[in-house]
Amino acid sequence: MTKPTRLLAALVFVLGFFAQAAQAQLEIEIVSGNPSAFPIAIVPFAWEDPDPEPIDTVSQIVSNDLYRSGLFKPMAEADMVDRPRDAEGIRFGTWRLLKVDYIVIGSVRPSPNGMGHDINYQLFDVHSQERLLSQITTVGEGDLRFGAHRVADAIYEALTGVPGAFSTRIAYITSTGEGDDSLYELVVADADGFGPQSIVGSPEPLLSPSWSPDGRKLAYVSFEKGNSEIYIQDVATGAREIISSGQGINGAPSFSPDGTQLAMTLSRTGNPEVFVTDLATGKQSQLTNHWAIDTEPAWSPDGRTIYFTSDRGGKPQIYGISARGGTPQRVTLQGDYNARASVAPDGRKIAVAQGRGNEYRIAVWDLDTERFTVLTPGTLDESPSFAPNGSMVLYATRQGGRGVLSAVSADGNVRQRLVLSDGDVREPAWSPVIR
Amino acid sequence: MKIALRFALALIIAVALAACKSKPVEEPAPVEDTAPPATETADTRGAPDPRDYTDARNFDNPESLLSKRVIYFDFDKSTVRPEFRDVIAAHAAYMASSASARVTLEGHADERGTREYNLGLGERRGNAVSGLLSAQGARGNQTNVVSYGEERPVCRVSDEDCWAGNRRVEIVYTAR
Repeated sequence: MTKPTRLLAALVFVLGFFAQAAQAQLEIEIVSGNPSAFPIAIVPFAWEDPDPEPIDTVSQIVSNDLYRSGLFKPMAEADMVDRPRDAEGIRFGTWRLLKVDYIVIGSVRPSPNGMGHDINYQLFDVHSQERLLSQITTVGEGDLRFGAHRVADAIYEALTGVPGAFSTRIAYITSTGEGDDSLYELVVADADGFGPQSIVGSPEPLLSPSWSPDGRKLAYVSFEKGNSEIYIQDVATGAREIISSGQGINGAPSFSPDGTQLAMTLSRTGNPEVFVTDLATGKQSQLTNHWAIDTEPAWSPDGRTIYFTSDRGGKPQIYGISARGGTPQRVTLQGDYNARASVAPDGRKIAVAQGRGNEYRIAVWDLDTERFTVLTPGTLDESPSFAPNGSMVLYATRQGGRGVLSAVSADGNVRQRLVLSDGDVREPAWSPVIR
Repeated sequence: MKIALRFALALIIAVALAACKSKPVEEPAPVEDTAPPATETADTRGAPDPRDYTDARNFDNPESLLSKRVIYFDFDKSTVRPEFRDVIAAHAAYMASSASARVTLEGHADERGTREYNLGLGERRGNAVSGLLSAQGARGNQTNVVSYGEERPVCRVSDEDCWAGNRRVEIVYTAR
């Protein structure tokens, strides 16, 4: 092998978010549903632009988002006897007979400034005939999908009281090829799996993506130089910096809720311990000190507690420690194997990968009742990541011998699969709400 | 401009992908090498004594423990099983005899459990082998532990046989 080829073989490509990767589309498939979901009709929005309407229309995207949440049962367009374009045109009696509780009407037209579109929409309660929402969402050129997710967020919040998380993003790792053909990529996509874009590619393993609280950066682990190293990369520009590359493991990065600190696992002392680094000063403090494996730190939303996995009791369990240091307290009190905590936005629930024999499932530990609720059927479910509104948990599972992503509603009633047509998909991380 | 940029980036990716395909082979030597025994007519005058663990030719001699360079582990354990103690002793003897020898101990786990915990487990396995090598004569600067956790399986089926093959430490000589 010639030398230039060897150099190229070690090439790691780091790209900004604008780069389109040769990436198969994720497809979404609902594997179990919720019989008590709200019936809602999203009437196709009037398209008032001389340019052709996109194939995925705004109303279809809104409808799919609400369906995926498990809380809504959108009516199929084909079943709509009527397509009102304004409030006066809604025949509430007819919609009542069709057993619809809510109706959404709207239009899409070019923005007055000539760039992008205005999505004008209204939400009505069919029974009271009350208008619950009337809004205009303005989006830039090429951002109609994002605009549709914003509309779905607003409808979701108006009807459930909880902010929607449809206009957020997910990050995950893909692995394709084997042996010398291995390619690992860190991918960022919309929360519904659309628009996957590779932001890092490497012939060596990548793992553990973690979002900064402003949703602009990702911390991750790369083996591109042979040993594990932690990087922080700007998602939009691709600029990145190396945060840790010491002897042994450099793993499990996790941003503090205020974004000023990064918790991580380092084994330079001889075995894995949790450390916290101040990102402005580089000052590092060691949080745990035990011969056990201490890893997978996750912050409480108030930034006061760091949860982590430790096998100091013989088997991996979740422990909590003050972010300023102190004595760790065991948190999960049931089960043989509980690891990789993801803390719910309310700070009262912790999702974990729970092992029992050869079965691994996603379970949620309630800090108040001190009980587990098992959310998924297994058998190799891992890497739970709460949605920023706490409504769903995204996780990795295996199907047909390869890794796929699934999402489950926080009550376990609705599950959906995000399937990549080629290779392994793993380690999802749900972004914060991007304002 | 935007199209040109996209094209340039697509080209970079294509080059990177092509380059990955030509990555040099770094596979460890096969463990259970079932090479046929030397025939009667073979020249055996220079054949190494398989139990001479200071003879580098034994790395390729399937009769010698030096040709065995993978240590297997039980689930969630890092204790070296008794059947692998002789293999480690053989490598410790070689390393004691060759000051220039350097090994990387690559620790691995099966797919069960979480990835970062498995990184810890792979390192613990690497450290267990490193400790035994040192106790039997290898110098501290001769070994280096790298854990890959569950990221580099040799087998990708979700069953016990496959998992057993993935729970391993590979002894990789970077210098002999």
